[in-house]
Amino acid sequence: MSAAATTENKPAAPAIEKIKVKVDGREIEVPRLIADWSGKLTPTTMIQACELAKTEVPHYCWHPKLPVVGNCRMCLVEFGTPALGPDRKPVLNPDGTPKIAKSPRPAISCATPVSPGMEIYTKTPAVKQMREGVLESLLINHPLDCPICDQAGECKLQEYSVDYGQSASRFVEAKVHKPKAVDLGPRIMLDAERCILCTRCIRFTRDIAGDDALGIINRGSYNTIATFPGAPFDNNYTLNTVDVCPVGALTSKDFRFQMRAWFLKETKSVCTSCATGCNILIGSREEKIYRYTPRDNDAVNASWMCDAGRLNYKWIGRADRLQDVWVRGQKSSWPAAIRELADKLKQAPAGSVAIIASARQTNEELWLLAKLKARLGALSDAIPREGESDKLLVSADRNPNTNGARLTGICFTEMGINLVKIADGIASGKIKTLIVFGENIVKRAVAHDKLRERETISEVVDEHGITAELLGKLDALIVSDILPNETTRLAHFVLPGAAPAEKRGTFTSGKGRVQKFMKAVEAPGVARAEWEFLQELVHHVTGQNNGLTVESLFNQMAREVAAFNGLTWQALGDTGVTVQI
Amino acid sequence: MSFQATPQLEAEVNELISHYPVKRAASLMVLHAIQEQFGWISQEAVQWTAKKLDLQPINVFEILTFYPMLRQEPQGKYQIKVCRTLSCALGGAYELHHHFCAKLGLDAHKHGPQTTSDGKFTVEFVECLASCGTAPVMMVGEKFYEGVSHAKADEIMGGCK
Repeated sequence: MSAAATTENKPAAPAIEKIKVKVDGREIEVPRLIADWSGKLTPTTMIQACELAKTEVPHYCWHPKLPVVGNCRMCLVEFGTPALGPDRKPVLNPDGTPKIAKSPRPAISCATPVSPGMEIYTKTPAVKQMREGVLESLLINHPLDCPICDQAGECKLQEYSVDYGQSASRFVEAKVHKPKAVDLGPRIMLDAERCILCTRCIRFTRDIAGDDALGIINRGSYNTIATFPGAPFDNNYTLNTVDVCPVGALTSKDFRFQMRAWFLKETKSVCTSCATGCNILIGSREEKIYRYTPRDNDAVNASWMCDAGRLNYKWIGRADRLQDVWVRGQKSSWPAAIRELADKLKQAPAGSVAIIASARQTNEELWLLAKLKARLGALSDAIPREGESDKLLVSADRNPNTNGARLTGICFTEMGINLVKIADGIASGKIKTLIVFGENIVKRAVAHDKLRERETISEVVDEHGITAELLGKLDALIVSDILPNETTRLAHFVLPGAAPAEKRGTFTSGKGRVQKFMKAVEAPGVARAEWEFLQELVHHVTGQNNGLTVESLFNQMAREVAAFNGLTWQALGDTGVTVQI
Repeated sequence: MSFQATPQLEAEVNELISHYPVKRAASLMVLHAIQEQFGWISQEAVQWTAKKLDLQPINVFEILTFYPMLRQEPQGKYQIKVCRTLSCALGGAYELHHHFCAKLGLDAHKHGPQTTSDGKFTVEFVECLASCGTAPVMMVGEKFYEGVSHAKADEIMGGCK
């Protein structure tokens, strides 16, 4: 990630001088310098001053997280600066205020720095006329196919056309036809006719993703965004170009023609594909998820997310989801299963229960499991999930809540080192009951002797000796999961859980950012959020009442877990809080 | 066709690159050098150039597609360039271009340079050749012709062996 994206833990920068400017007659103070896309301090521009003054300046090519090019001309404004007399002193009006010399020409607000006393005019008739002119020019060869365009509803061209467009075109010549439905890469489709050549996609992939794959070929009105022939646009961040595209030129092959943007309910959430915890919006309609899009959070993911994380939602809607409570192969109900489990666990001798949780569970859920662990004197651990990291966002730790599992005491700093003890405990008959949450443990299980063999060759991180054979020795295997797998098939108790998109909760990211996420869709069947039934189970087993809502659970946890001390659900806000890990 | 740079071209390109403060600045001159030797610039040549200049192929491809004088396909042995800027346009450049196309079996309405199937002629429009007083004017390769009537055009074509 560029240094700009995570400004969190930097040493305090020297104070930046403030200067006074006027936006449409209203005086505001703006910093003289603002960090640009790369984190470098650069002079504050007029568009940034207008943004600070909450005055919208229409723009296409300017993006706060990308280098400035100033090619769309949409952000033209008029401005003036204090006039200086021959003595280089400000000329004053009769009332003592400085006389403003209005610039005879407009300027693009995205690339013109502000100066002390500057006045910016964004609502003059001339500015309106310029915007109309620029828009008319951009629309000359545009196909005006909004009814079949995926961008409709979230298209800047459409929005500004409402504000500055004309109802009828003056253009009588033939439009230039450019390539349509161009397969730019495995996830991206280009409609060159809709493109306004703002070059945001080129700058994103060159400067942020570090894959200089896109360019503008041909010339004049035949200008087209393209890749080099035979070199598909394929890096792990391509779908961000669809987000930055202000028009419908770049579309996601996954989302294309699936749903109109205005029907989508947008829910603030967090990506669960790795420990980075990119902030996202889940777009859903009628209990179906249609897309993930990144949500701005400068402390975590800036405005971006990786393609893998973005497309990792389809499993949530799978038809074979666990939808029922099963007890020893019979369909059961929540009250019956929880009662039976509570009785069983209450009578279990200390040390006869072990817990394998998942670092994909929320902080609250892991904390509740830790309560069970404390009451039962159980061994516990979670399963590490390793991958390769990259320079931008992807973390090598593919669990979204590794730090949550550590901080709540479910696992040690080195996740997975207790698995051997659990395996030995089951083998020796000491452990009779195993509680598994959200992990298909059989999948990564390797027979005991083979595991030893492998340990001599390389470091074993995500393999363990808890095989199906070993699980057969248990008196009770209690499994909560979302999708059916080998472990749920072996389980005596199956408790259907909810995907992160189907519940509320918090994760603690790899860098210690505690972030909350909201519920976008309902879980299928009787599947419930794990914190709901865990809270009941903990209440029955330990007699403690930790609260009935996720808010009260979080607040109680924050009081009890040292690392979360002082936090409240409300104080987490939309973008989270960083804690010491 | 795979592109094979000769040692001579390689040396010339290295020399060109050394003339500029940054390698990328040599892009256009390198493309000229390649076209000078091969007559056109293939995709493989673009990749070779990009490698030479520490660029991505798309950066070089942008330049190649921007300039009409840089050829993306093999050209005819004789390149007929008909001026179509104002004086020549008024003086019958379009009729002249049409005449060439009709004689050579090419589509006069198609955009850009066109080459006959036998690879002998390439016909295209160009902008001002700086002889507005003697319109319509044209060039064949490096040779310049003024006041080209259709009869003169046939004569010029006949002279191309």
